[in-house]
Amino acid sequence: MTRHGLTVEVGGVPIRLETASEPYARVLAQRFDGFLTNATPQLEFAIELVDPEEPDPDDDLRVSRRGHAWTIRRSDCEAEFDMRSGRGRIRQPAHPYATDTVMRVVHSLLLAPTGGLLVHASSAVSRGRAFVFFGKSGTGKSTMVGMAPDDVTVLSEEISYVRREGDAYVACGTPFTGELNRRGDNVEAPLAGMFHLVQGSDDRIEPLGPGDALRALLRCVLYFDGDPVGTQHAFAAACGVVDSVPMGQLVFRRHPDVWRLFA
Amino acid sequence: MSPRYVARHPMTASRQLGGEMIVMSAGDSRLFTLNGVGAVIWTAADGVTPLSEIVAAAVCAGYDVDASVALQDAEAFVAELAEHGMMLVSDEPLASDGGPRP
Repeated sequence: MTRHGLTVEVGGVPIRLETASEPYARVLAQRFDGFLTNATPQLEFAIELVDPEEPDPDDDLRVSRRGHAWTIRRSDCEAEFDMRSGRGRIRQPAHPYATDTVMRVVHSLLLAPTGGLLVHASSAVSRGRAFVFFGKSGTGKSTMVGMAPDDVTVLSEEISYVRREGDAYVACGTPFTGELNRRGDNVEAPLAGMFHLVQGSDDRIEPLGPGDALRALLRCVLYFDGDPVGTQHAFAAACGVVDSVPMGQLVFRRHPDVWRLFA
Repeated sequence: MSPRYVARHPMTASRQLGGEMIVMSAGDSRLFTLNGVGAVIWTAADGVTPLSEIVAAAVCAGYDVDASVALQDAEAFVAELAEHGMMLVSDEPLASDGGPRP
């Protein structure tokens, strides 16, 4: 059977996706446009398309591991992969959100042991410095990058990729989209600050103590209850970020002037 | 009364940050923030030092507190953490993985 494949590289980690469906391969190529690569993949997934089932809105994402073998389950997809062999499979309907979900989980699992994090956050590069804006749903993550001036490069409006490099951190662009359905640019920059978002009547940055910063950040980090070791890695990675990266609370009104604080 | 030994549960992660000891239970991702005395006990809970010694050496030495009251409070504290699955409490010394020492 002919397989159609593409390799998607996020944060310097190439992951190959193969499917027997040429139309779905085209859908994926479009979704991950800007992040396709010819690099040798670190992981390879065979995607098996199945008929869609009625999605269960109460069905949370479940991630579990046994040794090197991982399982990801949600009502619309199921994935299994082996970190050691670098191979896995995804059973899902022909909907890119399912592939996207598996990619997010896999990247978070790969990142945490290296001291990096995948964070529910928007991020952008201004004058060569990356800034990450994190917060719960509705706090304005997408809004923040949506009103960025033209000279600001958006890394992500939804899921930000923070990678450790020695004692420093970089933020990388991701193709993972949120309410604006806007992919980030595939670039990276030194991480200059992370900001917990709070809407207010003016624009200002307030100090955030390390304990408060860690608690706020952990609420936005992708990690999974079915993986205690991964949770310990994520905790350690978040502590490392809080130790090394300037953290603050960004109080802002929904107005582009807020970007003056990052010029 | 026989000595009581306490050890941090292996499925926890903790970090002292800005004067706060923040502890996470890796099993269910709950976060706890310990006060100063709690942090002292948590840090000293190596599974081989009796709780009474930890209280005498680390708590009473650093805080102006009656020894018997301090021990009583410490026992209540470790019992609460044990209830949350964060700490192991035993009448015998505990190995670093939380099990009995061979």
